[in-house]
Amino acid sequence: MQKTVLDLTVKSCEMISAQYALLKLTQQNPLPEMHAGQFVEVRVDNSSTTFLRRPISINNIDRDDNSLWLLIQVIGDGTKAMSKLQSGDIVNVILPLGNGFSWPKEKSKPLLLVGGGVGTAPMLYWGKLLREKGYNPMFLLGARSKKDLLQLADFATFGSVYTTTEDGSYGEKGYVTNHSVLTSESWQRIYVCGPKPMMMAVAKEAKLLNVGCEVSLENSMACGVGACLCCVEDTKKGHVCVCTEGPIFDTEKLKW
Amino acid sequence: MTNEIKMGVKLGNLALKNPIMTASGTFGYGSEFADFVDLNRIGGIIVKGTTLHHREGNPYPRMAETPSGMLNAVGLQNKGVHYFVDHIYPTIKDIKSNIIVNVSGSQVEDYVETARIINELKGVPAIELNISCPNVKHGGMAFGVTTSGASEVISAVRRAYSKTLIVKLSPNVTDITEIAKAAEASGADSVSLINTLLGMAVNAEKRKPLLSTVTGGLSGPAVKPIALRMVWQVSKAVNIPIVGLGGIMNGLDAIEFMLAGATAIQLGTANFIDPTVSNRVIDEIQDYMIRHHVSDINDLIGALEV
Repeated sequence: MQKTVLDLTVKSCEMISAQYALLKLTQQNPLPEMHAGQFVEVRVDNSSTTFLRRPISINNIDRDDNSLWLLIQVIGDGTKAMSKLQSGDIVNVILPLGNGFSWPKEKSKPLLLVGGGVGTAPMLYWGKLLREKGYNPMFLLGARSKKDLLQLADFATFGSVYTTTEDGSYGEKGYVTNHSVLTSESWQRIYVCGPKPMMMAVAKEAKLLNVGCEVSLENSMACGVGACLCCVEDTKKGHVCVCTEGPIFDTEKLKW
Repeated sequence: MTNEIKMGVKLGNLALKNPIMTASGTFGYGSEFADFVDLNRIGGIIVKGTTLHHREGNPYPRMAETPSGMLNAVGLQNKGVHYFVDHIYPTIKDIKSNIIVNVSGSQVEDYVETARIINELKGVPAIELNISCPNVKHGGMAFGVTTSGASEVISAVRRAYSKTLIVKLSPNVTDITEIAKAAEASGADSVSLINTLLGMAVNAEKRKPLLSTVTGGLSGPAVKPIALRMVWQVSKAVNIPIVGLGGIMNGLDAIEFMLAGATAIQLGTANFIDPTVSNRVIDEIQDYMIRHHVSDINDLIGALEV
C-alpha cells in the first residue's frame, strides 16, 4: 500500500469517556486503501513539548461518509492536544503505516479478537473487514471498569462481544485471560492488542490451546517508516522495526 | 525566472545539483521515502552508518522526545558493509542523486577496510566519515574528541579512499575548530557538522532514564543555535567546504547555515516531522533567491554581514 502525507479535515472530535476521544477525519477525495492493524502518524506540533508525530491505530474507516476514525487515549501533551481538536481543523497525517493483521485461512471457523484498554481500537476495523469478507470474528474486550469499555455497540454489529472488567462492574470479573470464552470455543486464530503484559498472557494461553496468535506492538517511534531504527523489537531474527515489520507480529517470531 | 537560478554547489570534486542532502540515520537508504519525495531531486543522500561487521545496535528503548527535539541511542545498527554491497547498493545505485555512504567503526583498521570496499563502488562518489564513534582501543573515547584521534583515523582512511572524503564532526568538544583544522590537515575534502549532542532524559514518576543507554544524541530544532554557531566558527578556521546540519526544518533555516558559511546542508530529524521536507526545502530556497534577486546560490555562502 502506498504511503502518503495528507491534510485531513476534522469531521468531529468527541470525548466518548473520561479518558478517550474519538476523532473522525475526512477529505474531499476518497480516503486511500488501508488495512486493519495499520496505523497513522499524526502531526501535533503546537508546543515545544510535542515535536514528534503521534502514532495512532486505525480504529475504523467509514466508507459511507469517507471518514477515518482514531481512538485517542488522553495521556500526555500530544494526545491532550488531539482531544481538543475542533470540527473544521486541519490535521496532517502520514498513512497508512505498518503491516496489518494477516487474513485467516477458513471462513467459518471462529476468530477471537482480544482488546485491552485503548488496544480495542484496531479490533473494530479488523472485525468489520473480517465480517464483510465472510469470516467469523468474535470479540473479547477487557478494561479496568465498565466506564473504560468503549464502542461496545459498534463491536456488536460485527460479532459476539464478550467483556471482562477488573472490578466486576460489567461482564466477567478479572482479566481477559480469565474469561470462559477463551477455552469454550475452538479458535482458528487469536488476534490481540493491549498492554504488553496482557498480550503476553493471552499469547501464553493461545500457545497452550495450540492456536496461532498475532499481537500488535506499540514501541516508541520517531520516523514511522523504517528509516531511523528507533522502534525496534528484539525478535528471533534480531532487531526489527515495529513500524515496518510490525506493528502486527505472529508470536512465533517474538522472543516471548 | 526559475530557469536562471543556479543551485549547483561543489564539495571538492563532488558536484551537487543543489545544496540539499539528507542526513545519515534519518533517511534509511532513500527508498523508505520514495512514496513521499522525488529522490532524484535531492543533491545528496547520505545512507545509514555502515560498519565493517554487522551490528545489532543498542537495546530498546532507543529514543525519547525532548523539547523541540529528540534523543536517540540507536547504536549504529546495520548489516555490515558486505551486506550493503551485495544487497542494498544494487537497489539504490541508479538513483539520480549523489549516494554517499556514511562510514563508522570502532577501530582504525575497520574504518580503513570499510572505506576501501566502498571505494570500489562506481555509484558512490563520496563517503562521510563518522568520527563520533567510540574508539575501543582508547577506552571508548570518541575518535573525534581529540585532534590526534581524528587525525589518526582520517589520515588512514585518506590513504585507502580516493574519492570525496567528508568528515562528520562531533560537537561534544571544547573547540570544534581545532578538530576541523586537524581534519583538513589530514586530507578531508569537506567537513560536515554537527553530529548529535550528548544528552539525557528521565521519567520522574518512574525514576528511570528513558533510554536504555541512559545518555543519547540530541537532534532537532533545539540544537540549531549550537550547530549554527559551530558552522560559523569552523568556516573561519578552514578553507575546505562545510556541510551544515543541526535542526534545519525549512528553507530559511538552510539559508541561515549557508550565510554562516555552509556550502551544503543536511536535513535529518526534519524528515520525521515532514517526510516531504527534502523536496520542499529546495522550493523554499528558490523562493528566497527570487525574493532576494540572487541568481547563483554560491553568492550566499558565507554572506553573513557581521
